[in-house]
Amino acid sequence: MDPIAAKYIGAGIACIGMGGAGVGVGTIFGHYLAAAVRNPSAADGQFPRLIFGFAVTEALAIFSLLIALLLLYAV
Amino acid sequence: MVDPIHQFQINKLVTIAKIGAHEIALTNSAIYMIVAVTVICAFLIGSTRSRALVPGRLEAVSEMLYEFVADMIRGATGPEGMQFFPLVFALFSFILVANTMGLLPYGFTVTSNIVITVSLALLVFLTVTVAGFWKHGLHFLRIFVPSGIPMYILPMVVVMEVFSFFVRPVSHSVRLFANMLAGHITLKVFAGFIIMLSAAGVLGIFGAILPLALTIALTALELLVAVLQAYVFAILTCIYLNDAFHPGH
Repeated sequence: MDPIAAKYIGAGIACIGMGGAGVGVGTIFGHYLAAAVRNPSAADGQFPRLIFGFAVTEALAIFSLLIALLLLYAV
Repeated sequence: MVDPIHQFQINKLVTIAKIGAHEIALTNSAIYMIVAVTVICAFLIGSTRSRALVPGRLEAVSEMLYEFVADMIRGATGPEGMQFFPLVFALFSFILVANTMGLLPYGFTVTSNIVITVSLALLVFLTVTVAGFWKHGLHFLRIFVPSGIPMYILPMVVVMEVFSFFVRPVSHSVRLFANMLAGHITLKVFAGFIIMLSAAGVLGIFGAILPLALTIALTALELLVAVLQAYVFAILTCIYLNDAFHPGH
């Protein structure tokens, strides 16, 4: 296979990992919303934890994005 | 046709000095950083100069900004984290102003260049590491050994913790960079659709209303992302500082 074509295909495949992280971020915000509707008074106190969980989950998406960017521009 | 990547180009404006093959020059990125710092300093100094007992509008805004960051540190790091208040406040306000300035038409987004975000993230990473060893000595290494883990899976957990500690500056910097980059490229691609459609005649001009509406909606979304990413960067700094103050979870 042409190595340049393989590079672009690889970058595309690496981006699939971001889909999984998207499911994770959706789960985090969905569960936060469900909990906040049940107990609105406790919602504000948990906001930093929500952001922390979101950031940690998003880090996984960032790793696959990083692989894609490296394949596109660095390799 | 203007390509959407063009906006991230760094242009030399004034060459200050030359050291060997390297050139030290004032770039458009540097100009925007200087403007951002000037705006923050001028606003904070100007609004708090009167120090009225009952604050005026501008003074109330800067007091709210202070309280917002202070609450963030007290919540995520604890009261002893307030000695790092200047760092967190400077990071938060700089990223906030740099992100929102990038949304102005023809503006340059400083935080969409990875060299800037990596510098900021490494600053936080080194501060946390140095402060942790300074306060706790070798006990700081307890952050790699969470308490209450059974012996037989402890080696694996330690390896994971070490890995996640050293990967922090990567995710910390790329998160900000990728969010700003992707948002601005999307914005410019949709703006390009308006030009392409309106060049196609009268029917095209009516058709261009759709991408125009989308561009406006995306700008609003980008404003949200700009503020949210500044908040995320600052709160992650607080959470990492928490490890320096309370290793061993």
